[in-house]
Amino acid sequence: MKKYSLFSLARNAFSHHQNWQPAWRNPEPKPAYDVLIVGGGGHGLATAYYLAKEHGISNVAVLEKGWIGGGNTGRNTTIVRSNYLWDEAAQLYEKSLQLWEGLSQDINYNVMFSQRGVFNLAHTLQDVRDVQRRVHANLLNGVDSEWVPVDRLKQMIPILNVSSDARYPVLGASLQRRGGVARHDAVAWGFARAADARGVDIIQNCEVTGIRREGGQVVGVDTTRGAISARKIGVVTAGNSSVLAAMADLRFPIDSHPLQALVSEPLKPILDTVVMSNAVHGYVSQSDKGELVIGAGIDAYTGYGQRGSPHIIEGNLAAIKELFPMFSRVRMLRQWGGIVDTCPDACPIISKTPVSGLYFNCGWGTGGFKATPGSGWVFAHTIARDQPHSLNAPFSLERFVTGHLIDEHGAAGVAH
Amino acid sequence: MLQIDCPWCGPRDETEFSYGGEAHIVRPSDPDATSDEAWADYLFMRTNPRGRHAEQWCHAHGCRRWFNVVRDTVSYRIEAVYRIGGQGPGGSHDPA
Ligand SMILES: Cc1cc2nc3c(=O)[nH]c(=O)nc-3n(C[C@H](O)[C@H](O)[C@H](O)COP(=O)(O)OP(=O)(O)OC[C@H]3O[C@@H](n4cnc5c(N)ncnc54)[C@H](O)[C@@H]3O)c2cc1C
Ligand SMILES: [Zn+2]
Repeated sequence: MKKYSLFSLARNAFSHHQNWQPAWRNPEPKPAYDVLIVGGGGHGLATAYYLAKEHGISNVAVLEKGWIGGGNTGRNTTIVRSNYLWDEAAQLYEKSLQLWEGLSQDINYNVMFSQRGVFNLAHTLQDVRDVQRRVHANLLNGVDSEWVPVDRLKQMIPILNVSSDARYPVLGASLQRRGGVARHDAVAWGFARAADARGVDIIQNCEVTGIRREGGQVVGVDTTRGAISARKIGVVTAGNSSVLAAMADLRFPIDSHPLQALVSEPLKPILDTVVMSNAVHGYVSQSDKGELVIGAGIDAYTGYGQRGSPHIIEGNLAAIKELFPMFSRVRMLRQWGGIVDTCPDACPIISKTPVSGLYFNCGWGTGGFKATPGSGWVFAHTIARDQPHSLNAPFSLERFVTGHLIDEHGAAGVAH
Repeated sequence: MLQIDCPWCGPRDETEFSYGGEAHIVRPSDPDATSDEAWADYLFMRTNPRGRHAEQWCHAHGCRRWFNVVRDTVSYRIEAVYRIGGQGPGGSHDPA
């Protein structure tokens, strides 16, 4: 891999940028690998990268049915934060946030991680109590977090409607200054390039259609590009996880739902942070291109159609307009949906399964982008050592049998 | 938005209904005698198919009655609507 640097940029300028090396190879699948990763989203690519980097396992292929990053990785609103309530979740997301802080250097790819802060608004007295409780819990877990009263909030975000006449008046907010946004495509491409440089094969247009087992041990997969053998397989397929689980005769506590987002026409800089509201359900930031990036809620029904209903968007934009009246005449450019894998406790499953050598990483639902590096890091550990890291041990499939759920639903509200 | 044909009120907008998840899940009749695994399966595990899905809806802003729907989770097309305890397409209680 040729390193990206100011020098390489200048050198390539002389040849009119015609001679850049492709960011990753495009190999034919080999008949066998040590480890197969199913799903070329950010989490799968990060897993492959950390398998090679941290555990020296590089005879690995990432099998992606479409193009890498074409799933939720390339469809999300890119909010990154770690201010979760419960200890287990806070520690997992905080590990991820720490990896974000060094990621561009580590993988020599600018993922445009921008720590512009994330505000979570409180609109009722109960909201205020819940948010303050979470702020205190965060501080006890070493996660930066602060309570911002409404008068200071008005100074920090002048365009936010904090009037007491608002339909749901804003009473204050939590702020995580280390939170922010990152460039989603760059995360997929950067991990792919860095994994490829360590010998990982990135194989696109390769859909897994079956999981082969012999006596309770996984031995390979069937794909649209032929059978591939491996005795360790990590499945990271987000919204399609139940489909993959069924291929191994497993049942998962997951429902797949459409989740939508939309972006506006580009505007001059107007919002320099991320604002989220659980109560009215809207969240917004402004991209470097100037677009407002707005996330909506999930459709109530389960679905795999990568599109959602207009009435969800309607409710969402009503909330955004109430929070930011000056956005009322902004035009929206694009709108799309992704399929999110929701879990009953709004926490992921990063786990071994009853099939030996078969591992699943799923259930991130509406909020897994922020966890991309940390998820890959702990999943690589789980696959390499055949046992979870202490950070992901609580996120096992067995928790649904023991009852030890990690209930972030009420706690973190909108889980983006 | 879906248009759902309530068995009692006829076709109405989806926003009048609330979604109740997978249909035909049977509560174990003797919870004390049920293993933790079987209880977890009842409580949490779902088929979540990509394709035909038998599911429950409630006409929350109408007659407030529950009923079953068979819907395709990729095209979102509704194939059949039938009452609780009634017969789904194919004559069985579990059309999926
Ligand atoms: C609209 C929207 C907004 C969101 N906003 C945020 C946010 O602000 N912050 C946040 O933290 N999270 C957010 N999320 C959630 C986040 O996007 C996901 O949790 C995260 O990106 C999941 O990453 P992944 O790599 O596991 O999944 P994906 O990127 O979906 O990757 C899974 C891959 O598996 C592939 N695949 C599926 N089946 C097969 C098969 N049979 N064979 C081979 N490959 C297969 C798919 O093609 C896909 O590329 C949002 C999601 C959506 C949809
Ligand atoms: Zn009715």
